Amino acid sequence: MMATITSTVSVPTTRMRISRSEQLAPAAFILPAVLVVLFISIFPLILSLFLSLSRLRFQAGGLELQFVGLDNYRKLLLGNEQKVLFGVLDTPSPIGWVILTLVVVLLVVMIYRALRQRVSVGALVGRLFAAAVLVGLTYLIVATLLAPEGRPGTLVVTLLYVAVGVACQYLIGLGLALLCAQPLPGRRFFRVVFLLPMMITPVGVGYLFRMLADTNKGPLEPLWIALGMQDFAWSNNAWGARIAVMIGDIWQWTPFMFIVLLAAIEAQETEPVEAAIVDGASSFDIFRYITLPAILPVSTTLILIRMIEAFKIIDLPNILTSGGPGTATETLTLYAYRIWRALDIGGSAAIAYILLFLVTFIATLYVRALRSRLGTT
Amino acid sequence: MRSFFRSSSPFRLSLFRMLVSYLILGFWAFLILFPLYWLFITAFKLPAAVNNGPFYIPFVDFQPSLHAWEYVLVEIGNDTVRLFTNTVGVSLISASLALVVGSGAAYALTRFQYRPKVGTVLVFLGCVLLAVVFTVLGVPWPLAVAVAIALFILSLFTIARRFKRALSNNDIAFWLISQRILPPVAVVIPIYVVFQQLRLLDTWVALIITYVATNLPIVVWLMRDYFASIPYELEESAQIDGASRFRIFNQIVLPLSLPGLVATFLFVLVFCWNEYLLALFLTNARAQTMPLAVVAQNATRGPQWWYMSVLVLIMIVPVIAMAIALERYIARGLLVGAVKG
Repeated sequence: MMATITSTVSVPTTRMRISRSEQLAPAAFILPAVLVVLFISIFPLILSLFLSLSRLRFQAGGLELQFVGLDNYRKLLLGNEQKVLFGVLDTPSPIGWVILTLVVVLLVVMIYRALRQRVSVGALVGRLFAAAVLVGLTYLIVATLLAPEGRPGTLVVTLLYVAVGVACQYLIGLGLALLCAQPLPGRRFFRVVFLLPMMITPVGVGYLFRMLADTNKGPLEPLWIALGMQDFAWSNNAWGARIAVMIGDIWQWTPFMFIVLLAAIEAQETEPVEAAIVDGASSFDIFRYITLPAILPVSTTLILIRMIEAFKIIDLPNILTSGGPGTATETLTLYAYRIWRALDIGGSAAIAYILLFLVTFIATLYVRALRSRLGTT
Repeated sequence: MRSFFRSSSPFRLSLFRMLVSYLILGFWAFLILFPLYWLFITAFKLPAAVNNGPFYIPFVDFQPSLHAWEYVLVEIGNDTVRLFTNTVGVSLISASLALVVGSGAAYALTRFQYRPKVGTVLVFLGCVLLAVVFTVLGVPWPLAVAVAIALFILSLFTIARRFKRALSNNDIAFWLISQRILPPVAVVIPIYVVFQQLRLLDTWVALIITYVATNLPIVVWLMRDYFASIPYELEESAQIDGASRFRIFNQIVLPLSLPGLVATFLFVLVFCWNEYLLALFLTNARAQTMPLAVVAQNATRGPQWWYMSVLVLIMIVPVIAMAIALERYIARGLLVGAVKG
């Protein structure tokens, strides 16, 4: 990072000159982090790209990497693995068409507005590309989830887990944080209890939920019988299994949202809130106009981090359902892991790279949208 | 009159609101505690009590037994203690290092403006690519790295200068967080190769470096928001008084962002404490951590729920203790009154 570094701080004119350590401060603050991350990330990034373009072969006397070009990607995107990745597509139902049309109209309006504002050619191409990918993704979701004969592949299942999981975790976490920030006697107890699920190792959570979800020996057995569902095996039903995975994920990761939001709410200045209370503002108004703006930056970061992590979900579906029934609960990472254990290292790396492109695309879109909306971050 | 106003002060909660709050909080607490209760009693069950259907209350439904505890703490006691020490050591050191390095970077990203040139970045990437290709083609890696570094420095003063475009702080931050996107499955083999070459496999050092690097982006992103919310006037007045950057950071910024620091530390600690896949690859005996022991209980005879429960319980008790100890730092109003006058 040989960078020209300028301090935003206007140095007070009363001081004669900046000391040497002050000049070095910007570099000293950031370089350790950049170097550590670089050391551990750049080599894996390049090597897995290389792996994704090759195939592992067993030869006499050991393993050999054979360069196969884009073969692994072709197999996934067009070849016999296509059904696992994308699922089975079918003509969408009327609701599906409505959603697809809405998305297309929305994107066309946005492109039109960009044209009116005379953005540069590069920015326009970028927007067109983003719009095309979004329409494609929407069609994929609609044609697999909202179609009579459609079946979602690992890509759509992963997107579903991320969307449902992150939304529920944020809303529940925010609600609990607001409740816990009130001056309630005994709130320390709740705060510590609410943190607990996050403390358990993810593989442990997987096994714990497998115990709980057992319809014969698990603690919920009386409940199943009471509901007349003792013969219903959730693990053999695609949606039953998916919902089980989502419940486990929400249970495990709501604490993450909760504690950061709580810390953000507690760190906001109390005076505006007190003034608003004295002026007779309702609790909703206080939340809407004081608390929410104060925690918005933290919230956007939190959602981004949680989203990136959620895309990598593997332990829960792996232990709870082994990706089954069939590949109904399989996520992209689990898929990569499965064929990786079958020694298809190249194919596994190719899935990882597809995931990398997808998440980078979505994260970039998210950050850009926020930047233009909030003007910061 | 005055005492009347005091008692019904607007800062107090109404009884109804308190009741509703407790109901919701209690409900969620139940949802969290019940699975944990099940884990707890499973740790005291004999295999028969687990396999013959649900039994809820010890001494009433089933006779508790200490057999699983005996197995974990006595029979394989030496292993358990070693794994436990590794977990504690590795995650405490990793979390502390990640917090120190990460909060420094987060502070820098909110207070200074960096303008790394696009050319520099591209040249750097090209040189790394070159080194990797050389290594794959059979050149010994120290040589390849040396050549790449030489080339990098050379082109830094020639080609890289031609590019005028520069990146900003936001790009650095985004680059950092994007390092978490690749799933561990994809990065584990390259990381394994790196530490194999450095002869650091199965050591704390390998795990600590990996954990610090993988958790740094989270620290940077969370702390960036906290630092951004600290009023800048404080630092300005300190600067006028002649305090150095490092002193301002240590004595003003860090104490004021204590809640954020504590919360972030807790996460990173928990992430390192519970990490499974990287630990599986980077260790084999001496440096193994607890999550590996939990998974190892899924033996050929099916999952040994009782041993697993004991191990998970042993794993969460210290973290809970730490959460209780640190919880009071996430306290309200640290900023109040700091910017008066």
